[in-house]
Amino acid sequence: TKTSQSFVGKVEALVTGRRKIDEEFYEELEEILIEADVGVMTVMELVDELRSDVKERKIENPTELRPLLSEKLVALLEDKGEKADLNVNAEGLTVLMFVGVNGVGKTTTIGKMAHKFKSEGKRVLLAAGDTFRAGAIEQLEVWGERVGVDVVRHQAGSDPAAVVFDAIQAAKSREVDVLLCDTAGRLQNKVNLMKELNKIYRVVQREVPGAPHEVLLVLDATTGQNALNQAKTFKEAAGVTGIVLTKLDGTAKGGIVIAIRHELDLPVKMVGLGEKVDDLQPFDAEEFVYALFDPLLAAQDDTDK
Amino acid sequence: MAFEGLAERLQATLKKLRGKGKVTEADVKEAMREVRLALLEADVNFKVVKDFVNRVKERAVDQEVMKSLTPGQQVIKVVNDELTQLMGGSQSKLAQSHRPPTVVMMVGLQGAGKTTTTAKLARYLQKQNHHPMLVACDVYRPAAIKQLQVLGEQLNVPVFAKGENDRPVSIAQEAVTKAKEEHCDYVLIDTAGRLHVDEELMSELADMREAVSPDEILLVVDAMTGQDAVNVAERFHRELELSGVVLTKLDGDTRGGAALSVKAVTGCPIKFVGMGEKVDALEPFHPDRMAGRILGMGDVLTLIEKA
Ligand SMILES: Nc1nc2c(ncn2[C@@H]2O[C@H](COP(=O)(O)OP(=O)(O)OP(=O)(O)O)[C@@H](O)[C@H]2O)c(=O)[nH]1
Ligand SMILES: Nc1nc2c(ncn2[C@@H]2O[C@H](COP(=O)(O)OP(=O)(O)OP(=O)(O)O)[C@@H](O)[C@H]2O)c(=O)[nH]1
Ligand SMILES: [Mg+2]
Ligand SMILES: [Mg+2]
Repeated sequence: TKTSQSFVGKVEALVTGRRKIDEEFYEELEEILIEADVGVMTVMELVDELRSDVKERKIENPTELRPLLSEKLVALLEDKGEKADLNVNAEGLTVLMFVGVNGVGKTTTIGKMAHKFKSEGKRVLLAAGDTFRAGAIEQLEVWGERVGVDVVRHQAGSDPAAVVFDAIQAAKSREVDVLLCDTAGRLQNKVNLMKELNKIYRVVQREVPGAPHEVLLVLDATTGQNALNQAKTFKEAAGVTGIVLTKLDGTAKGGIVIAIRHELDLPVKMVGLGEKVDDLQPFDAEEFVYALFDPLLAAQDDTDK
Repeated sequence: MAFEGLAERLQATLKKLRGKGKVTEADVKEAMREVRLALLEADVNFKVVKDFVNRVKERAVDQEVMKSLTPGQQVIKVVNDELTQLMGGSQSKLAQSHRPPTVVMMVGLQGAGKTTTTAKLARYLQKQNHHPMLVACDVYRPAAIKQLQVLGEQLNVPVFAKGENDRPVSIAQEAVTKAKEEHCDYVLIDTAGRLHVDEELMSELADMREAVSPDEILLVVDAMTGQDAVNVAERFHRELELSGVVLTKLDGDTRGGAALSVKAVTGCPIKFVGMGEKVDALEPFHPDRMAGRILGMGDVLTLIEKA
């Protein structure tokens, strides 16, 4: 595609300014990727591959490195480059579940997504499946009011699976298009809490054929290597189908999603870019990878001047 | 998973060293490579890792280690010592003003665990017969005030809250006055999560600091934070002169390298760690345990004995 060409062009430019392929270059490349929280192993693999290819092909001149580096980066891109649209049921009820560790942005993302679906003319309902954290139900209710959609809730401390069950019945009888289910944040090593999540997941599966249509793992972009464990365990317990990468409006790059894609084949579907209702966007792989290389390109700009 | 085999890798490298009985510079270099990887995988910032590895290398190459009969042990001990030292001694006390109330401000990124930790601190103080007051200065996040109120009710601790239309700075000021009237000796201020690059909200915190002269400003950091921890800590420290750090969600399976990063850039002690969602899940920070955790070696001391 055109954008990918221009991206590659820009990355190639990073090589152009150099007189030789030296240790410094590899080091810089490695550091940039590590600093972006790309999985350490993934980075080592990529850089090692590049290194041995350079040796094998006896590349000395940086300009010769260009096609090679492009190749690798395009591969990185293409693998991740497919359009990751949300899976919605064209006819009938779509159920989306939101899962993840504590404080990553599940509830906020639901608020934003409710707004998105509503503005597409869909009938939306929210399920207050976090009955545990203080003020969690009220938080979702504020979002419901803000975007003008109803919330199905029980009392604090009640069984979350029962809340979701009720929400599904309500969604059916009110002919809702999209039901968004909030769940309490939980760390993936808490066996009981993961079991509880699995129970919610099974209720959704049982009550609506083909549901949940997406189980979205919400990941905080500031998270480091632990995100890989999160993805693995939540996938096992709740059949995660995609990722929402939040808080990309900060300085963190969220590079760990590359390792997650690499090892678990989970695509990023949406990104969160702030706390407001409009701060949700579809994931753009090229833009994302390009942002990883910001520091290198910035340094390049400096030397150009 | 990438994490697995790390401790073994380090052990294997160090076993090789032991076999030789004498360490060369090249051996140390190889061991340092593993240490570097271990630290990076634990999310320690790469610049912090660089400095650390250089320092350890210097110490490891010195006579004492090279001549030692158990060089492997020595190297691992140097790594462990340096790491523990870098994270500071144990110090899990809150400041106490000689003119009460003692004012504590909780700051940090969104979702780090500020509100929960504020409640945990109240619980901790309560147990020591103090009389804390919680202050709801997050007027932005939906139901943030409610969250603090629910927690306050659980603990039976007064919560000072105003509507969402008041300015956080004036809420904090009023709260301090109120605390004096009600003979509360600690004022724990919960603030809204914010990005370190959000200038407007960062200066709100600076204004609050100016207005209430806190005795303690604690940065709340999620233990799962990656490389960005240094940027966050640096910025918060520059704007506010932090007095300490609380590391949350350490009940997870993260290695928690952020602890080292944050300590390295701020120099502030890590005062407490959060070990769960409940109000009593707050523990003192143990640098030695944290060192083992970051290195992925559980109990480093037993390892040293085995090495
Ligand atoms: N800057 C920024 N903040 C965000 C974003 N998404 C969520 N937040 C904030 O992150 C904090 C946590 O968000 P929540 O939606 O409550 O997270 P959660 O995963 O539901 O948290 P728990 O239910 O406690 O596990 C809130 O302060 C949100 O406003 C984002 O994309 N950017
Ligand atoms: N497992 C675990 N969860 C924690 C810990 N500390 C906080 N949490 C959870 O993390 C989530 C976010 O905590 P909050 O206290 O709301 O975080 P905050 O920093 O006040 O968030 P904002 O006000 O939105 O910026 C909640 O689900 C808490 O229950 C901890 O030590 N362990
Ligand atoms: Mg939530
Ligand atoms: Mg809060």
